[in-house]
Amino acid sequence: MQAFEYSKPTTTKEALGMLGAQWGETDILAGGTDLLSLMKDYVHTPKRVVSLSGIKELKLIKSAADGLHIGAMVTIEELLENAQVRKEYASLVQAARGISSPQIRAMGTVGGDLCQRPRCWYFRKGFGLLPRDSRGRDLVPNGENRYHAILGNSGPAKFVSASSLAPALVALGAKVTIASASGNRTVDVEKFFMAPTDASTREVDLKPNEILTGIVVPVAGGAKQATYEVRQKEALDWPLATASVALKMSGSTVQSAKVVLGHVAPTPWNSAEAAQALAGKAINESTAKVAADAALARATPLSQNAYKVQLAKVAVKRALLAAAGKA
Amino acid sequence: MSKIDSDSHGKNKQPGKKGFSRRSFLGGLGIGGGAVATLPTGLLVESQAAAAPAMGPGPIPVALRINGKVHNLNIEPRVTLLDALRNHLDMTGAKKVCDRATCGACTVIVAGRPVYSCSMLAVEAQGKDIQTIEGLAPSGKLHPVSAAFVENDAQQCGFCTPGFVMAVKAFVDRHPNPTMDQVKKGLGGNLCRCGTYIGVRQAALDAARQMKGGKNA
Amino acid sequence: MPSKYDWPAEGKRSLIGKRISRLDGPDKASGRARYAYDTNRPGGLVAKLLCSPHAHAKITRIDTSEAERAPGVRAVKVMAPAGTEVQWQGFEIAAVAADTEELAQDGVRKIKVEYEILPHLVKEEDVSKAANMIKPSAEETKGNPDSGFSEADAVHEGYYGINTITHCCLESHGQVAEWNGDNCTLYASTQALGRIGGDLAKVLGAEPATANIKPANIRVITEYMGGGFGSKFSIDKWGIVCAQFSKQTGKPVKLMLDRDQELLMAGMRPSDYAKIKLGAKKDGTITAWQHESWSTGGPGGGGAPPIPYVFTEIPNQRKRHIAVSTHTGPARAWRAPNHPQAAALTMCAMDDLAAKLNMNPLDFFIKNLPLTARGDVYKAELLKGAELMDWKTKWHPRGQGGNGYLKRGVGLSLHTWGGRAHDSDCRIVINSDGSVQAQLGSQDLGTGTRTVIGIVAAETLGIPLSGVQVQIGDSNYPPSGASGGSTTVGGVSSSTRRASVKALDKLFEAVAPSLGTTADKLVARDGRIHVEGDPSKSLTWKAACAKLGTKSISEIGRQPARDEGNLNDNGVGGIQMAEVEVDTETGIVSVKKMVAVQDCGLIIDVKTAESQCYGAMIMGVCAALYEERIFDQQTGTMLNADMEFYKLSGIADVGDMVVHMMTGVYDGRGVIGLGEPPAISPPAAISNAVANAIGVRVPTIPLTPDKVLAALEKGGRA
Repeated sequence: MQAFEYSKPTTTKEALGMLGAQWGETDILAGGTDLLSLMKDYVHTPKRVVSLSGIKELKLIKSAADGLHIGAMVTIEELLENAQVRKEYASLVQAARGISSPQIRAMGTVGGDLCQRPRCWYFRKGFGLLPRDSRGRDLVPNGENRYHAILGNSGPAKFVSASSLAPALVALGAKVTIASASGNRTVDVEKFFMAPTDASTREVDLKPNEILTGIVVPVAGGAKQATYEVRQKEALDWPLATASVALKMSGSTVQSAKVVLGHVAPTPWNSAEAAQALAGKAINESTAKVAADAALARATPLSQNAYKVQLAKVAVKRALLAAAGKA
Repeated sequence: MSKIDSDSHGKNKQPGKKGFSRRSFLGGLGIGGGAVATLPTGLLVESQAAAAPAMGPGPIPVALRINGKVHNLNIEPRVTLLDALRNHLDMTGAKKVCDRATCGACTVIVAGRPVYSCSMLAVEAQGKDIQTIEGLAPSGKLHPVSAAFVENDAQQCGFCTPGFVMAVKAFVDRHPNPTMDQVKKGLGGNLCRCGTYIGVRQAALDAARQMKGGKNA
Repeated sequence: MPSKYDWPAEGKRSLIGKRISRLDGPDKASGRARYAYDTNRPGGLVAKLLCSPHAHAKITRIDTSEAERAPGVRAVKVMAPAGTEVQWQGFEIAAVAADTEELAQDGVRKIKVEYEILPHLVKEEDVSKAANMIKPSAEETKGNPDSGFSEADAVHEGYYGINTITHCCLESHGQVAEWNGDNCTLYASTQALGRIGGDLAKVLGAEPATANIKPANIRVITEYMGGGFGSKFSIDKWGIVCAQFSKQTGKPVKLMLDRDQELLMAGMRPSDYAKIKLGAKKDGTITAWQHESWSTGGPGGGGAPPIPYVFTEIPNQRKRHIAVSTHTGPARAWRAPNHPQAAALTMCAMDDLAAKLNMNPLDFFIKNLPLTARGDVYKAELLKGAELMDWKTKWHPRGQGGNGYLKRGVGLSLHTWGGRAHDSDCRIVINSDGSVQAQLGSQDLGTGTRTVIGIVAAETLGIPLSGVQVQIGDSNYPPSGASGGSTTVGGVSSSTRRASVKALDKLFEAVAPSLGTTADKLVARDGRIHVEGDPSKSLTWKAACAKLGTKSISEIGRQPARDEGNLNDNGVGGIQMAEVEVDTETGIVSVKKMVAVQDCGLIIDVKTAESQCYGAMIMGVCAALYEERIFDQQTGTMLNADMEFYKLSGIADVGDMVVHMMTGVYDGRGVIGLGEPPAISPPAAISNAVANAIGVRVPTIPLTPDKVLAALEKGGRA
């Protein structure tokens, strides 16, 4: 880890003042479970680390008319302990429980989960987020891509979004709030994630001098929800594919659906095809299967990860059946 | 919970604040250890709008309240809690194994929660109660969790053991009547290479039974 | 011929064969145990290594000047000068010693190295791509394979493989070196504390500045060590540079490998892949075996696997092997070297042949036991295992693992190991205050060595376990062998037994007059010395020892030793069975239950012996399902030199485990090592269980979801 200066502001405004204008100059420290590893591996070498742990307003969970406001520094464990979260956002709870290390849940934060860097091993070993060798060849297509993207991978970005909570948040229609020196802005979680097209952009819609301050999860309004993760291990392990669904029902048929896949694309993958396939249908094994097939119809697996297409289908199917209480 | 000495100054005190004014930072005077802040110009300009002090990158004072006692250190901000414990305080119960928030061998309890001390900066642990395995049974007796590990042979080489003991301690504190299924799900943040999980599972169940009544927190 | 050194008969044992908690358990479970990594010496420096990022490259230039000037840096040493051809990623290039760990790391980052990149090969499964990196062996035949196959009613041909894995010792490799004049103390994480000091002295003695250093100048201390599994027998380059730094700076120096370094270069288990053909008669009798295998053990290639394994007496055999050299970190002994691979290849191929014959594998394996060296042992173990697994109920023909997407199945495997006692000297000291020390230059890897020594000494002296101070982990104690190959328990228990008997004889001589008898009439039991057959004539242990006056008794016992009892033996058999559940939609395998039935002769401590079996099975689950070194052929990089993607099972990822030691049955053979045998069968048994569950073979281990789904699809069962 390269030496850095450390600051622990007590307000967001103060924190904003400590941030550099270029990526690489400063890093924001939340729970530390990702940033410290990135720094130890010299993937990040910030000159300054700005801790958000002293900013009390970022640790709050507040209920408001437009939904539940969850501060960026709320830990995963605190999220799980919140009565309202437990009552209204089953899919978020299931997503959070998928982080099967109590230590990560105790340290890791909601904001950190959304802003953590991809786990792509080429990236982590220093070949860049859009990994190239010294001759400029894209390393992923002909390399070790068993855990890489099967959707949205036609551009240079072939990593998968690492966030555990994002698929559920997208399905629930959540927004992130972002603060900068020039004011606050709000972005749909879905739009917050982006597949970078060149080395100067990141995988999230955040500038180096902005801070993700929290999320707003709209009132669930009785939508049926579930998240299903396909993980090889029950202990701490990255999912191979995730699906989170939110279903607005009209009686026993689906009025509108959101089906969001995780760990299959550089961003959480909101499948309009699956949603369309479900509209007006009752959820059962066969409609769930049709939706799963629709969600993966455009999959473009790489040399080693065709199996993830099947896993993602299973995740969609099982999430739908779980949401409908038929798992 | 351990009692905190009434003269413990760790709480809410912000060591390092004193003497580190914005001016000294901007003037590049450096902090402790003769370190000089070398920052790209852009960063300095940006910083002038700010009001929070920056400390380091050289050694800064850090006060850690460990097992109820405050320890004052002068360490770089980049020093992790694990390295502070092991390298600066000679508390070597917590182990460095993966050093990347995966294996749990470095587990200590901070503010009542189990954490990977390899992935927490020491400076971030200021003002919080840090409990390490050294503080579990200071009198030399065995804590019920440790005793259950011994009884169930939940250890072989023992290098994952202190971290596992702390994870179990934090677990049974929150799950006084755990089921086997809860034990399996609740200890997913620790890895063992020798393969002691069968013993650890039983140790967690036994320890919870032993600790009932809160006698041995 | 019976001897006074022989192990006490079953009815006369007070500690041996009981379930006793390990002696160092309290120190470990309370964090008080100090490992090499935990050794903080006053004024100590920390050293870090710079390792090659390239798999194959020539160093053209190396510049350490900036590192030497870096803050806090006290010493820099080039380990691979310009001109060196690096053969694997992780190869040691240089080292830096500095005031703190962080500053040492900063120093390492300031070393500039230029490389000429050379072509590399980091994967071996597709041997057709190995080009000039292969070394085929001559064909080996036994009997007449062709006629053996023509006699067969069924012939099966299949492809099988098991990948390279690492040791991933939780305490990484390394040591602290501290000099006092010309004497060096090495606090090392080693399996061979009696050997590495001499190895270090040899290297130092060859250099002018340290030409006077002899083995006697080096003392090695290994009070506790955090796992070795076969990878920690050598002083290694990092041990040498650590000692040199300490000598040069006059300060203690700690050098422990970082995790990625440990995974890259500190040892791995060779792979084995094979195309196997075997035939059998209708009744299951195997008539012929043929294989073409290939493997890598890193730059040196990989040796031929000992297959057919266990069933070595298959009458007609034809074998060929190709050693594949790869630019990957070199192999080191890995718990039961070559056996887990051999078991995986052999037992899986046999299991497939049984399926072809529509035979229950239990019957098929039993039918062929005459082809093994210890058929009766295996038969008893297989029947016991079948009972504990409820094999009769759980086994079903392939493809009948259930109607839903979750399929269950069972599989089995057999294994064998030597485990002969290594050389060992033990000194037993009895003091006039009644205290007893057992001293051996041995090390406890976590297997329970310390506890076994204590039990044997206490049992022999007739005193409680707490009455013996076991002093090991220091090369100043009488020499004992390296802990490898399951040789330690036989060695230390035998030497301790002999030393204890001798010491007790001396004590008897000292106290006999005061009991009005002769030494040969005395016995020691329950903390007392008394006249045999007359417990009224007795002294407490303490009172007896007080008769020593100002003297102490100090006796050495040796292993091996002629005419001093048959205390240990060589060669064990064991079987394991696994039950798995496979999610056929996701390809995820979970191990629901495993059964180990194991012979290891006389068991000193049943509790730690069982732990060896539990642990070995759990390690085996890791290897069967998760572990692999994942290399990128384009860059030569190991992409998962971390513990996040070099996966090990967690506490919820292993099922129920049942261990049955064949206690009592083979006690007469004496003590036989146990560390390796139970680590052999798990991958084979689990792979066979998966085949039973899903009806098709997943050819190679680990059984990851992608491979399970591919096998299902290929078998038309997706």
